[in-house]
Amino acid sequence: MRQITLRELQDIMRECAGEDESAQPLEQAADESFVDLGYDSLALLETQSRVKREYGVEFSEDDLASITTPREFVDLLNTQLLAA
Amino acid sequence: MTAAVVTGIGVAAPNGLGKDRFWAATLRGESGIRTVRRFDVSSYPSRLAGEIDGFEPTEYLAGRLIPQTDRMTQIALVASDWALADAGVEPGTYDTTEMGVATAGASGGLEFGQRELANLWSSGPQHVSVYMSFAWFYAVNSGQISIRHGMRGPTGVMVSDQAGGLDALAQARRNVRKGTRLILSGGVDSSFCPYGWVSRMSSRSLSTCDDPRSAYLPFDARAQGHVPGEGGAILVVEDAQAARSRGARPYGEIAGYGATFDAAARHGGGNGLRRAVEAALADAQAAATDIGVVFADGSGTPEDDRIEAETIAAVFGPGAVPVTVPKTMTGRMNSGGAPADLACALLSMRDAIIPPTINVRTIAPGYEIDLVIGEPRPWQPGAALVLARGKGGFNSAMVLRATAQVPGATA
Repeated sequence: MRQITLRELQDIMRECAGEDESAQPLEQAADESFVDLGYDSLALLETQSRVKREYGVEFSEDDLASITTPREFVDLLNTQLLAA
Repeated sequence: MTAAVVTGIGVAAPNGLGKDRFWAATLRGESGIRTVRRFDVSSYPSRLAGEIDGFEPTEYLAGRLIPQTDRMTQIALVASDWALADAGVEPGTYDTTEMGVATAGASGGLEFGQRELANLWSSGPQHVSVYMSFAWFYAVNSGQISIRHGMRGPTGVMVSDQAGGLDALAQARRNVRKGTRLILSGGVDSSFCPYGWVSRMSSRSLSTCDDPRSAYLPFDARAQGHVPGEGGAILVVEDAQAARSRGARPYGEIAGYGATFDAAARHGGGNGLRRAVEAALADAQAAATDIGVVFADGSGTPEDDRIEAETIAAVFGPGAVPVTVPKTMTGRMNSGGAPADLACALLSMRDAIIPPTINVRTIAPGYEIDLVIGEPRPWQPGAALVLARGKGGFNSAMVLRATAQVPGATA
């Protein structure tokens, strides 16, 4: 059963939206808000687009709006992957 | 009325990255024009350009900015950093709402745009970057510069082809007069990609010569079009009094400005360049004899050259004022051309020397202008006139005055 890790999410976000050299790994910042990590709504939209292409799952607008941290993103995606 | 002065200059040009390298190369007559390398240009009729070598965006910009910026925005952001550093503006000098941005844009981020359009048509909408929503817009340089430097005052873009750079600086002066303390202004263009290249070719003004020393010859008897360039300049424009209060040393004042648009020939439209020049002189309350140098638009297309030469001779008298076209070393940089010329004009005031026009050897018969060719020429800095024209009929003119003559400015 396909699942995504925080590390894999980080790889996707780096490719989509770039990453600063000083950025800490998402594994350590899993509960920090994307805003505090420097990723805005466009970065999340781009990430969502890549996730859909690679994992075949797309969040609803409401779900995407409710996601504020990396852990929430991974948890929601993995829940939907299990249900697929 | 409030004086608007230039206190900082940031330049990125094919013959020099950074103001000092650019100016030194310009005085040496060093060209940055050669066969395009950024994409495969071999099958196109025009193959030369002024390209900027050695600009590595990751050296200057955070990783997160790279996916969302076209090359021209990357260059503009770095030039804006350099301009602010040159002006010595300390963070916190002004509130965020006291600072704004006014840039010109002529082709937008076409390299970014072409790539995403290719993704759309070859792979589908899911493969188009979300940043396409702004990364190729004309206004994106203004937007990204304002975000980078926390400038929340009046911000906008002027789109008038190669005249835009002067129009943007005029807008900066307008906003300073209305109360904004500092405006970052100027223009940077790039777009050396097939899409951008074909767009330029549609002007039918590109030279098809393959020799960098003969391709772009404004006012020359052999003139046969121009060579494009990438890059430009960002200038810090400040309220003269505010600049003086923080101890800044202005390069000079934006003293006068005029702009006209040519009516179509079928409506009996004559050329509006002369009216733009006269309007700029009147606005500066300057007589023609006050102007010590003219930085010409230098189209390189014979008909446009003729109009410009006749205009200069008519306003100033035949051969009466030195004329120069340093963009013969960079190519025509679209929205970046006029700001780079303004930078040259200000530096020529600072150093009392006029940069040369390169490659031109024989001025076309009947052009009664004193073109500075061969060597840079010393002069007594007074006022400078910068001209810029855009395809379709844009004519803009700007008068700059040396610092010592600016009321209230420290010498």
